[in-house]
Order: sequence, then C-alpha cells, then structure tokens
Amino acid sequence: MGQQPITFVRQVVALCCFPELLDSPGFPDDAKQRAQRILQGCGGRSLGSYSASQGVECIRQDIAAYIQQRDQGVPADWDNVFLTTGASDGIMSILKLLVSGQGESRTGVMIPIPQYPLYSAAISELEAVQVNYYLDEDECWALDVRELQQRYQDAKQHCQPRVLCIINPGNPTGQVQDKKCIEEVLHFAYEENLFVMSDEVYQDNVYSPDCQFHSFKKVLYEMGPEYFNSVELASFHSTSKGYTGECGFRGGYMEVLNMDPEVKAQLVKMLSVRLCPPVSGQAAMDVIVNPPKPHEPSYAQFTKEKNLVLDALAQKAKMTEEILNSVPGIKCNPVQGAMYAFPQIFIPPRAIQEAQALSMAPDMLYCLRLLEETGICVVPGSGFGQREGTFHFRMTILPSTEKLKILLTKVKDFHLKFLQEYSAQETTQENQHRET
Amino acid sequence: MSQQRENGVPARGKVLTVDNMNPYVKRVEYAVRGPIVQRAVQIEKELREGVKKPFTEVIKANIGDAHAMGQKPITFLRQVLALCSYPELLKDNKFPEDAKKRAQRILQACGGQSIGSYSASQGIECIREDVARYIEKRDGGIPSNSDDIYLSTGASDAIVTMLKLLVAGEGRDRTGVMIPIPQYPLYSAALTDLGAVQINYYLDEDKCWSLDISELRRALAAARKHCNPRVLCIINPGNPTGQVQSRQCIEDVIRFIKEEDLFLMADEVYQDNVYAESSKFHSFKKVLFEMGPEFSSTVELASFHSTSKCYMGECGFRAGYMEVINLDPEVKAQLTKLVSVRLCPPVPGQALLDLVVNPPQPDEPSYATFTQEQTLVLKDLAEKAKLTEQILNTVPGITCNPVQGAMYTFPRITLPQKAIDHAKEEGQAPDMFYCLKLLEETGICLVPGSGFGQRDGTHHFRMTILPPAEKLKVVLEKIGEFHQRFTLEFS
Repeated sequence: MGQQPITFVRQVVALCCFPELLDSPGFPDDAKQRAQRILQGCGGRSLGSYSASQGVECIRQDIAAYIQQRDQGVPADWDNVFLTTGASDGIMSILKLLVSGQGESRTGVMIPIPQYPLYSAAISELEAVQVNYYLDEDECWALDVRELQQRYQDAKQHCQPRVLCIINPGNPTGQVQDKKCIEEVLHFAYEENLFVMSDEVYQDNVYSPDCQFHSFKKVLYEMGPEYFNSVELASFHSTSKGYTGECGFRGGYMEVLNMDPEVKAQLVKMLSVRLCPPVSGQAAMDVIVNPPKPHEPSYAQFTKEKNLVLDALAQKAKMTEEILNSVPGIKCNPVQGAMYAFPQIFIPPRAIQEAQALSMAPDMLYCLRLLEETGICVVPGSGFGQREGTFHFRMTILPSTEKLKILLTKVKDFHLKFLQEYSAQETTQENQHRET
Repeated sequence: MSQQRENGVPARGKVLTVDNMNPYVKRVEYAVRGPIVQRAVQIEKELREGVKKPFTEVIKANIGDAHAMGQKPITFLRQVLALCSYPELLKDNKFPEDAKKRAQRILQACGGQSIGSYSASQGIECIREDVARYIEKRDGGIPSNSDDIYLSTGASDAIVTMLKLLVAGEGRDRTGVMIPIPQYPLYSAALTDLGAVQINYYLDEDKCWSLDISELRRALAAARKHCNPRVLCIINPGNPTGQVQSRQCIEDVIRFIKEEDLFLMADEVYQDNVYAESSKFHSFKKVLFEMGPEFSSTVELASFHSTSKCYMGECGFRAGYMEVINLDPEVKAQLTKLVSVRLCPPVPGQALLDLVVNPPQPDEPSYATFTQEQTLVLKDLAEKAKLTEQILNTVPGITCNPVQGAMYTFPRITLPQKAIDHAKEEGQAPDMFYCLKLLEETGICLVPGSGFGQRDGTHHFRMTILPPAEKLKVVLEKIGEFHQRFTLEFS
C-alpha cells in the first residue's frame, strides 16, 4: 500500500546478503556492525546456511534482551525463544502440539470472535474443536471474562478445552486490552488450566492515547510467582506488522513460558523436520529487536522513519473511524490499534433475502457489490466471525492518507446507494407492475 | 503429573505434557538433526569452554549445508538479492547491469515494489513464468504452464503440502505412501505426522541403489492388504544414496504408476548434482511426456526443486517450487486455498529462485564470472564424490557405492557381532552406537543409516561430501582409522 521500508533494516539485510558491501562507504557503521554480528552467527558466515532449527543463537539472545527491556526487566531466557517463519508458523506449531484426544476428550481451542481466520483454519486442519468466545462490540470489543467462563463451561460438555487464544492488539477489531482485563484472563487460564497463546504481532501498533500495550508475560509476572511460574504461555511476534511491515520476509518469533521440558524437546524435534526459518527473515527480526540506539549514526533517521509510519497510521486510524461513523448505517468502534477497521454495517432485510437466495453471507454480497462498483476490496465480517444477525467488513487503514480518504468517501457513497436500493419501500418497477 | 517444589507443596500439573500432547508429533523422528547432532552441538560447547578432547573441532558432515562447510555463494545471486533488499544500490555503478535489470523486474512484480510485501500465495507471477520457461528449456521444449507452478518455502514445504492433500481414509482405507528405503527422513516424518501409512520399497544396494520394478510390485501388493496405496515418492538423484536413475528405470516407474493408479511425487532437488560420467539427469516430466499422450495426459505428477542444493547451496533462504501435472482442477483450487493460509513463501527466496531459473546469458556481463563459479562448485563436488568413494573403499569393512550424484555417501559398514550385541543391550541401533563413538573420538558427526532405513542386518552411515577437499581427505582417513580401531576393539 506504499509504506516505505525502514532504511536501516534494509541496509543490514543487504549487507548480510552481499557482504562485499561491508567495504562500501555508502553504509553506516551501525548497520555494518549488526550485519557482521548476524553473519558471525551463521554457518560459513553466510545467510545461505541452515541455521539451528530454533534460530540463529545470537538473534535469539537479542530477542530475549528486547523482551526483557520491553517488559521493564522481567527476565527472558533466550532458550525459550524460537524464531519462526512469520508468526503464523509459530502459532500453527504450538496448536499442533496441543491437539490430541478423541470425541469428548478432543482438544478444544478457545478463540475470539471476531478472529483472524488463521486460527479457525488451523483448528479445522488439525481437527481440533473450535470454541468461540465473543468480544463485546458495545464495549469497544473488550474481552469479558464472564463470557470466557460461560463458553468454557459450555464447551466442556463436548470437548476438552485446553487452549485460550488471544489477539492483542486485536485483529480484525483493533482493541487494545487493558491491564485489568489481561489479569482477569490470565487468572481464568490459571484457574481452568488453560494453555495461553497470546498473539501480539501488533504490539507496536497502538494509536489511542488512552491505550497501552501490556504484554501477557509482563502482566503475568506482575501477578506474582504463583502465576508467573505456572501459567503456560506462548507469545508471538512478527516482522510483518509494527512499523516495519516486512510481510514478505516471513520473519517472526515466539517465546514460550513454563513449557514442560520434555514437551519443549518435542517441539524442537518437530521444528527440526523443516530445518529452519528463512535466515533473511531472522536477520530482519534481529534488526527490529536491536534497532539503532541514541548514540548510533542511524538513530536519527531510523527514529524519524519509524515515527512517520506510526504517526500516519494513528492519523489514518482516527480518520477512518470518523468518516465511517458519519455514514448512516455504519457504526465503527475506535481503531485503538492494529491496522484495520471492522465497522458494523446495517444491511437491509431485502438485501439479506437476496443474499440468502444466492446462498451467500449477506456481508459477502455487500462486499462483492462494493468491489464490482468501486474496485475496493474488503473482507466480509462473516470471514472473521460475528454475532448472529450482525454484519461487518474488515478494511485496512494502510492506503496513503489521500487515497484512504477517497476510498472511505466511496464506501460512504456506496453504502448510501446500497441502503437506498434495498430500502423497505417499493421500487419504481414494483410500483409499475402493480399498476398494470 | 505433579512436580515437587522446594517447600514440599506439590506444584500444579502442566497443561501440556508428553502424555497429552499430539501423539503423532511424538512419533516423528528426523535423524538428520536428531540425537547425534544434539550431542555434536554439546561437544562444540564443551570445546569452547576449554574441555580437552582428542580433536579440536566438530565436523558437521550430517547435513547437506554447503555454505556451512565453506562453499561460497554465487556472486550474481547475492548481488541481485542485495539490490532487491536495498534498491538504493541500483544507483551504485559497482553492480553489473544484468543484476540491476533482474532486480528491477522482480521489484516491479512486488506490491509497492518491495520484497516486504506479501506475494500471491502461489508465488510472484513473473517468477513462476520464469520457472516454467526454465523447465521447458531443461526438458527440450516440453511445455510448462506457470499456472501449474507453486513456489514454496523450500522443497520440504511443497512436499508436505502435497502429502497433506493426498492423505485420507481410515483403517484399511487409510492412504499408503510408497517411499524408497533408504530415504530422506522428511518423508517418514511427514507420514508419521499425517498419520498416513508408510510403505517401504527397497533400493538395491548391490546394483548401485537402483530401483527395481519387481520390488515396487512386491511392496504394493503387500501394502494393499492393510491400506490404500495412492502415492509413490521417488528421490532422483537419490538422498542418501546418490544414485541417478536411468531413463529406462524412470519409464518403468511411470508405467507402473499408470498401471496401479498412483500419484507420483518426484523429488528432484539434486538435479544439477550429477557426477558420474555414465549418469544423466532425466526429469520425470520429460520422460512422461516423451512416452506419449496416453501417459502424459493422465499420470498425476508433482515434481520438486529447491535453491538449497545444486551449485547454489542457498539453504537458509528456504526457497523452492513444485510443478503439478494433471492435477484435478478442483483439487488444484483446494491446493491454492491451502497454501493461502500461510500467505506466501519468503519473497527473498522467491527472488533467489528467479535467478536460478534465469541466470546470466552468454551475452550478459556477469556470464563469465557466473559460469566460472558454477563450474568450480560442481567440479569440486564431482572430485570429492570420487575421492570419497575411493578412500572409503580402501577400508576393510567399509564398502561404498559410487556417488553418482547428490551430496552424500552412504557406505555400508560391517560391524563386529560383539558391537551389535553391545548396542542392542544399550537399546541403541548398532550404527547409532558406532556413530556416537566416532563423534566422541574424532569430532566427526555423521548420521547413522538407521535414520534413513536400510535392509535388516545391514548398517550404514550417511556423510556429506561437502567439507573442502583437504579437510574431507583428513576426515575420510580418520573414519578409516576409527573403523579399524572399532573392529579391533569389538573383535
């Protein structure tokens, strides 16, 4: 969508790809230093070597240091850090480990509705049992622990719920959970013996000034040793989001906490079959967790570029919320974080009927029409899950500000037209027909 | 299961234990990075800490990782990658024009002209087209459709994806997959993970690891009694065996496939690694099409390639592709859907693959250097293949088939009965016992034949031919010395 890569990241990657550039005056010393450190950690000093299956050791160490700093000193052991091929890879790996049993003892996996559909896809593929818990649209998509409890109890009738997945900041909803909520969730997981998976790939994408990212791990630590030493937690991060947007590199990591050592050995074994995550992605991840420091030459430019990206996203988040909320029939919660708006759209009953006649979800019909008439491609809410009888779509806030404004205006115009077209009043055609 | 804590209060049991974890994952084994390698890594640590050993370094001849063993990347490939990663370099006149041209073409095809964008799940279109042209050129003009090409995260990714699609049924109807013994243990690992039925067909060690159709028939007939055999996997050139199948053999396999209604998976990642003068690489696709429309319009085939082997050795980039032939269109749609969940293969790897299939042409500035580097790597490998076979065959108790291709030697080792008995007492495969002892005494890390499969009562190890020639010679001599010591010790 036109966001520029962060110069420093690409400089380090280029240096790693073609180390001859280490002699070039066109690269700053801090980039060269990082490239050299990464290459030292590679077999034959080449990005082309397989790394250890858990990832390049010095990168894992850098990640642990980053986590420790981010969480204000909560200790992070690099032995618990696994590099992955994007966060999706790590998420799938952990889910795979967790799925077992048959019939009523089959593993149940609790996922938010709405969710990022990697989760439902993975659950289907692994033939686990999907256990939905609904986020509260009226409370800005907040997670209510009573909802978790209810769904958990219901699920116990027909499966063995063992996993609780949370996406924070949320996708598609963008909500940023507050500390109290995270505590309640962790307490619930502790009480009910659930393995917690916290998908935190948008941890750098927080826009609302009233919100702050709290890692699940940090909150767990602050709840005291009884919790911190027992709750099994896997946290996920990625190079794809944040301010770097390096999706194509397929970089990511996960940190596992309190995993049974024998299970950890099984995890390492399982990962070894696929050898290792792409080393260029590992290098990109390393730069993200080890960015230029204030005294380093690239610091100024790096910080400028990073702030430009994040400020633009914050602006676009606000603008998107405002414009969509100005449309009769569209209601958009504040985009507190992540990269999406997930507005609720009113779809007239006649449109719902038409969709049903076509065996299509009503919001799919809506989105297809939007695409055909405006060229704007968004994803219907039915693809993410939503409360029965409600309809949504997910759009990104990534196009440039000017383009986004135009886009949102077009969506507005389309929506008004759509409402008009399917309004409860008779159409001229029907009127004429009656008259003849 | 609870754990005692210091103050005597029983701790909570774990949510996830080996007893309640995914049972399929528990059963998976992958010898190439298995227990022996873990011990090797530990020994390396001990050496760093100053522990005295009879050797000063660990030689990791367990894995086909060329760069780790000192092989140099091909300059042109890395230049283009650097240009793609940091397009500012397009202004740098130290980069040749042909490299810049390719980088620009790749970037044009990326969202926002950045390799940081997700590509289409099947892979960047112009790269798939380049792959199709490469295949056509390689196969003497037989058409290849870019729509049948799927880029992947290494060949392993595509292999697992295809197997996933193919595995269905329950009990006696469960999908059976025929794999060579010895095999590259990705296959057995994937089959275990998917709960598919593994059907072994034995390669003939006495005939230089060739494939015998009668053995395929035997294996298939036996398998039909307890499962639904639907797939035949073949690795050519072979891993760990290095044999390069003759054209006749490939034809016979295709005939067999058609007769028995099987899906053919041809793992051809070593297609450029052919050393024996009498051997030649024939792609399964080419042979299939040369057999005429009766075969080429019906046999379902998936062929796999990678950037990890050949002359490139770019393992770390995790790049590869598969070409699917005669796949049912509805299944193809399902395949496309399945790969979309993981979004796309790493784009730097896709870029790398593009260069492999679209290398400098004779009229281009980088051609000379590129060809020189490529030839050097392949020549070096060919020499080391011969050297390895020769030296190992001088050792009494070791017999080594010619290394016709790939990157490994898989010699047969004769173990004294006493050693075999000792190993069995320890609950260890005899060749694992042998390899562990070799590791402890010499620092050389190999993978025991039991990790790949072998005929009962035989023992082997797999060693790569990747260390630099001088080092390789020393390694081979040390193995020879060890073997004689071992034989004496357990006589």
